[in-house]
Amino acid sequence: MKLRSALGRVRGLGSAKNGFGHWWHQRLTAIALVPLSLWFVNAILAHMHDDHATVVNWIGSPFVSVLLIALILSLFYHAKLGLQVVIEDYLHDELYKLVALVAMKFAVAFGALLGVVAVLKISLGLA
Amino acid sequence: MANNPISPHLQVYRPQLTSVLSISHRISGVFLAIGTVMILYWLVAASLGPAAYAEAKRCLAALPTQILLFGWTFAFFYHLCNGIRHLLWDSGRGFELETAYKSGYAAIGGAVALTLLTWLCVLTQGGGA
Repeated sequence: MKLRSALGRVRGLGSAKNGFGHWWHQRLTAIALVPLSLWFVNAILAHMHDDHATVVNWIGSPFVSVLLIALILSLFYHAKLGLQVVIEDYLHDELYKLVALVAMKFAVAFGALLGVVAVLKISLGLA
Repeated sequence: MANNPISPHLQVYRPQLTSVLSISHRISGVFLAIGTVMILYWLVAASLGPAAYAEAKRCLAALPTQILLFGWTFAFFYHLCNGIRHLLWDSGRGFELETAYKSGYAAIGGAVALTLLTWLCVLTQGGGA
């Protein structure tokens, strides 16, 4: 059975050779997120009634700042990898797919930067 | 065009536990990606100062937000439990049909139990985040 279309064959289209990297990074971030996200849920339960001074003091401690930044980076990278697959699988119009992928990547990058800057501002004592 | 196999034909496809859990993993993932906005809202409010943080706490404690947060809690624990199921599959284990069903039920059970446990903690700490 031929699995490739005639057009695909004549264009010589094949794997872009970066599928494994995507797959592996998704697993790496998934493994990192298991402890990080459980720690975060637990921390939110412990600190949800804190006033501003207490919560800022807590976030500002180096270990908490680092864990939060590690969480933000793995979370947004994991989200980018997952959303990319969903867009690629369900959006079939090439233009819509491209626009959606670019918009998603910009949004995810913006979110990650926003989160990291917020944590840094707090941990540098500027909040 | 080659006569490529395409799957599944959703109009005539009978859903099973395994396929429903599979698509739920994607749906919960997309829902959780939207939920990251809540984490950013909380962090940015804390970085802006006491007034912004007090306002964010009020907004997060409001009933509609609490209902959304409950949904995100369940989506999170489901995606976590089913994600661990995926990682076990990646190690080459658990593909037998019976095992796949058992781990599927375990993922649902784990997600429900952890969600209820988390919200028990929320509600016994004076109600509302």
